[in-house]
Amino acid sequence: MNPRQHTAERDQDFSDIDAAMRQRLLAELANIVPASALLSTAEDLKPYECDGLSAYRRLPLAVVLAASETQVVAVLKTCHELGIPVVARGAGTGLSGGALPHENGVVLSLAKMKQILHLDPVARLAVVQPGVRNLAISEAAAPHGLYYAPDPSSQIACTIGGNVAENSGGVHCLKYGLTVHNVLRVRGVTMDGEVVEFGNHALDAPGYDLLALMIGSEGLLAVVTEVTVKLTPKPEVAQVIMASFDDVEKAGNAVAAIIAAGIIPAGLEMMDKPATAAVEPFVKAGYDLNAEAILLCESDGTVDEVAEEVAAMRAVLEGSGATDLRVSTSEAERLRFWAGRKAAFPAVGRVSPDYYCMDGTIPRKRLAEMLKAIAGMEKKYGLRCANVFHAGDGNLHPLIMYDSNVPGELERTEAFGAEILELSVALGGTITGEHGVGYEKINAMCVQFQPEELKAFHRVKVAFDPMGLLNPGKAVPTLHRCAEFGRMHVHGGELKFPELERF
Amino acid sequence: MIEQFRERILDKKPLRLRGGGSKDFYGQERRGDILDTRGHAGILDYEPTELVITAKCGTPLAEIKSALAERRQMLAFEPPAFGDATIGGVVAAGLSGPRRAAVGAVRDFVLGVKILDGEGRLLTFGGQVMKNVAGYDVSRLMCGSLGTLGLITEVSLKVLPLPVAEATLRFDCPQGRALELMNGWAGKPLPVSATCWHDDALTVRLSGARAAVDAAASNLGGEKVGAAEAASFWDDLREQRHAFFSGDAALWRLSVPSVAPALDLPGATLIEWGGAQRWVRCVEGSCDARAAAASAGGHATQFRGGDRSVGIFQPLDPVLGRIHRDLKRAFDPHGVFNPGRLYPDV
Repeated sequence: MNPRQHTAERDQDFSDIDAAMRQRLLAELANIVPASALLSTAEDLKPYECDGLSAYRRLPLAVVLAASETQVVAVLKTCHELGIPVVARGAGTGLSGGALPHENGVVLSLAKMKQILHLDPVARLAVVQPGVRNLAISEAAAPHGLYYAPDPSSQIACTIGGNVAENSGGVHCLKYGLTVHNVLRVRGVTMDGEVVEFGNHALDAPGYDLLALMIGSEGLLAVVTEVTVKLTPKPEVAQVIMASFDDVEKAGNAVAAIIAAGIIPAGLEMMDKPATAAVEPFVKAGYDLNAEAILLCESDGTVDEVAEEVAAMRAVLEGSGATDLRVSTSEAERLRFWAGRKAAFPAVGRVSPDYYCMDGTIPRKRLAEMLKAIAGMEKKYGLRCANVFHAGDGNLHPLIMYDSNVPGELERTEAFGAEILELSVALGGTITGEHGVGYEKINAMCVQFQPEELKAFHRVKVAFDPMGLLNPGKAVPTLHRCAEFGRMHVHGGELKFPELERF
Repeated sequence: MIEQFRERILDKKPLRLRGGGSKDFYGQERRGDILDTRGHAGILDYEPTELVITAKCGTPLAEIKSALAERRQMLAFEPPAFGDATIGGVVAAGLSGPRRAAVGAVRDFVLGVKILDGEGRLLTFGGQVMKNVAGYDVSRLMCGSLGTLGLITEVSLKVLPLPVAEATLRFDCPQGRALELMNGWAGKPLPVSATCWHDDALTVRLSGARAAVDAAASNLGGEKVGAAEAASFWDDLREQRHAFFSGDAALWRLSVPSVAPALDLPGATLIEWGGAQRWVRCVEGSCDARAAAASAGGHATQFRGGDRSVGIFQPLDPVLGRIHRDLKRAFDPHGVFNPGRLYPDV
């Protein structure tokens, strides 16, 4: 086999991996893991054909269910030697196709590595294997009055390894941060089988901040085998205010006014009318169905602190023209107010056969502009869209509703989504706030970054994985891919990547 | 200015990147002709309701702090100025102040950077929004890289509101007890924003909502320190004007797990960050700070003074060392930026 070399120019061609090579691969993998942990029949591979983004599906050559770091090292060394791509996978809840298999590659599942190895309540940290579920960490820490702060809505199922790969957020990240702010150390294995540790149990490490580089690298730099997370003391109490607005712009201004008043809410979420309309019959959260938008604004801390902050938030929301305000009076009511927000995705799934979740982030002040544009796109593409919004940090999740059985609807949906992402960039934001680029947004990366920046990303990749075998074709597009994409997307007559030949 | 910087870079001769020169003492080698960044200065954008400030690299830290203070906001990681620090230098050096253990470090607040790489290309990474996972997190990689990967020309930082209330308490206690107390507090929902132990006195700052600070202050006990005295205590600590930092003995910074027991090192000790940052005045030849830090699970930096031939930063393991060299080559293939400042081979 030709030695593979990762470049910024074009995606590698792995089509030379033939049946004989597959046989050799399977034979070598069978020496590493027991037969029950090596899947290779079409029937066994089927559950791994996609992640949480089911619009894209592929069968890999094989799936390996690793049970230990030793096995991970051996699998990577084998694939490195044979020049075979590897896609790491946790619970498969990702929303950007980051764990979409490579048709000539191996899926390396870390889901069996689900031990909490060590939990130290005094040092406020837990050392866990990559397959440990996000919520399981908080459950284990609860008896000590501690929890793991990032809470993506899939937290009941998603794994910490996947959270590290995506730099996952959640509804509390304005105050408590993303994965990158809550992980002290990542132990991983590079494609050539070297075990390496990024970070430590102190607050910083010597040299470059490779821990930050690893987090959010979407499985392209190393495979995570162990994570040390920071545990946070649980606040004594939390209370949430639900505010109704007769206009989305007023709701957006209320968000800015809260921040201007010097308040950092524990959670600050917005839902528009189509979103509450989808959620309310499903969850019965008590949402105001006449409101054009509702805000959920949470305070947490000591009893006195929360009372002080809730009073301040109330005053700001009233001053911003809220038409109705309700403050949760019990923990049960608080959870009910949140239940609607947390169930927004499945609720939209109930009112539409399929939906497509976008993830752009914009400066908060551009919200009204964005929502107005989305309303226009609904007409243009003939599709409905509900909007839920991590308003505190500007991360918007438009849920485009479609029916994949209607010819052309998926294509219209993709075009709708791409237009939202391009507008996110144009408004000074980004194509992805927390779900990652994965396979899904790879073309949109060509809009956000210039060729020289993409080349720099590829050079970073080469420092870790010179052969380009870890999760190829994801996260960072090659220049060739952007050139092809550019042929379809010419903006204002200006052709991007003019220096490249066209195909 | 960018054009002038680019021309210097394209000469492909070693450059020593320098803002206010406040951290000239810091790092290994200082090789190459000085490239002064102060001509590229000014706040480009500051929107208090977006919690973001964007400034050119040569902007004095003092200017940024006062712009933020006018709107009752702050750089929560409390970077030291050590004189005339610029914001580019703050990010490149990656040093954080007393509030670090409570809220995070420089790297936790960097949202985006523009850099000139070793080929003189102006590249933008990250942006001005709170959540952004498009592409590798090169912005945070720049924090603490000591200018060895590129010339940071512009940074966007997340800012936070100033706390409504603050109080400082002092306790008489030996080191072991202080470590116990600091770790105990950190495990509870208390508004502790800074800690410092030195000379059998533990000083604690509380910051937050009025009710939370008052309740915690009466809960914890200790002796209340007056507001003016407290303010200058924390300023002096951040700027290393505290008496502990004067004198010529080598100043070692040990970054260790906060629960590490008292380190067995000769020399005066000052502890910050809830136990995670320990400063030791080592008399040359008498103390092995590096071994002590490593055995506690951390690392040691010869921060000021001492015998520089022993290396300023903790050596890296071979795999990490290789990745460092490869990243250096990826951003600075001709070895233009601050060669040897961090490690001899980057």
